[in-house]
Amino acid sequence: MAAGWKSESAIRRNARYSSYVEAISPKSGTLKSLLKAFAIGGLTCVISELLGDGIALAFPDLSTELVGAYTSMILVTVAVLFTGFGFYDVIARHGGAGSFLPITGFANAMSSAALEYKSEGLIFGTSVKMFNVVGPVVVNGIVWATVAGIIRYIIMLITL
Amino acid sequence: MSGKNQTLQFKNKPRIISGMSVVGRREGSGPLGDRFDVVIPNAKYNEKTFEKGEQAMFRRAIVGAIEKAGLTPFDIDVLLAGDLLNQLVSSSYVARELPVCYLGLYSACSTMTECLTLGATLIDGGHIVRAACATGSHFATAERQYRYPLEYGCQRPPYSQWTATAAGCSILAAEGEGPAITHATIGRVVDYGINDLNNMGAAMAPAALDTLLAVFSDTGYCVGDFDAIFTGDLGRLGAEILRDLSGEQGLSLGQKYSDCGEMLFSREQNCYCGGSGAGCSASVLNSFILGKMNAGEYNRVLLLATGALMSPTTSYQGETIPCISHGVILENVK
Repeated sequence: MAAGWKSESAIRRNARYSSYVEAISPKSGTLKSLLKAFAIGGLTCVISELLGDGIALAFPDLSTELVGAYTSMILVTVAVLFTGFGFYDVIARHGGAGSFLPITGFANAMSSAALEYKSEGLIFGTSVKMFNVVGPVVVNGIVWATVAGIIRYIIMLITL
Repeated sequence: MSGKNQTLQFKNKPRIISGMSVVGRREGSGPLGDRFDVVIPNAKYNEKTFEKGEQAMFRRAIVGAIEKAGLTPFDIDVLLAGDLLNQLVSSSYVARELPVCYLGLYSACSTMTECLTLGATLIDGGHIVRAACATGSHFATAERQYRYPLEYGCQRPPYSQWTATAAGCSILAAEGEGPAITHATIGRVVDYGINDLNNMGAAMAPAALDTLLAVFSDTGYCVGDFDAIFTGDLGRLGAEILRDLSGEQGLSLGQKYSDCGEMLFSREQNCYCGGSGAGCSASVLNSFILGKMNAGEYNRVLLLATGALMSPTTSYQGETIPCISHGVILENVK
């Protein structure tokens, strides 16, 4: 250590220590996590399909797009309510990507930030920090949608 | 070892004349629950924000410890305090309400032993008569500063730790009843290249080992000379690593060694590898350890609080986690 914390011997020691830590640290069971994520993510989707079918049955005049929109709105509202009552993070602790990927995960990320920073006021707290967690999702959504759009345009030009 | 002596010896033996621990509900229902002085009724401690709740908890610990010693805040010469929040807001905002000189200290989760080291030094040198040493941490405020919003649904790896909602204050005095601080070992910053923010135990264990070896080589004590050895908040995994690392050095810590963070929560409480935070060592010292010492069950104890000295900014920039551990030796002396 006296030889400097970035010396050859320190680097070797750190590499040895890292592999030791890697070996000794408990891992989350992959299969169990996958099954739980599949169950909770799948259940969310099944419930929303049922919801959509129910709305379509009750209001036969609605277009398919509007049914989808209403279903999403209900899902988001329920997710926000679950967040506020403090259930969502408990579900997500088990659900992982299963509760993170559906539209409900996005609603939870936004509403939890909005709640958290309420103590700094509506402008500097809630408004500034609301996109704290979902910011990367929005940015990447726009960037990759643009990339996909350009690729599609090029393919269209070629095949025309 | 560098060959330099890291340990201060206090000839005048400053005493810990009283201690107070205040913890949150989850900590209060843990294995040490009935040892704590106060369990706060809700996370905000009846205040408007979590930050104010943390301050209220901090204030309760300091004022409570002073009262337990039969003193008033006017009898305290210096308050040495620290916490985990940016700009040390909890400590400083509480200090603004007290008529005492104040030194704000930051050494992450090892701040408690840093406070005790400096308080004992000031008293041993005859500069002051009484010092209050306090640190605390709060799950909700630490979570927002270091991680995500509270209600955000995310998963953590099983080796992560749970920031303890806890505060503790010890009153040090030149004279009085209580265990004495006989030695303090000032730690060095140690970095073994761990950069996983969730694996604090693995990052901090080498720092604890470094100070542990310094204690033994400077004082001439061995493991058998202590009734108990505590680390601050290595957690279950970090404690296991420290046992392994000291085994490599030929030290067997055995049953004498425990970790405050690991003691704070039971496995059933879903706190992953145990507690972390500046309040861990502070609350366990001022409840469990002081209690056992005053009852005469322990006569010499080594407390090594451990701290990870990183920030979220440096971590996102790819830096590894520098860690430190300061040790104090407490002894029942005549």
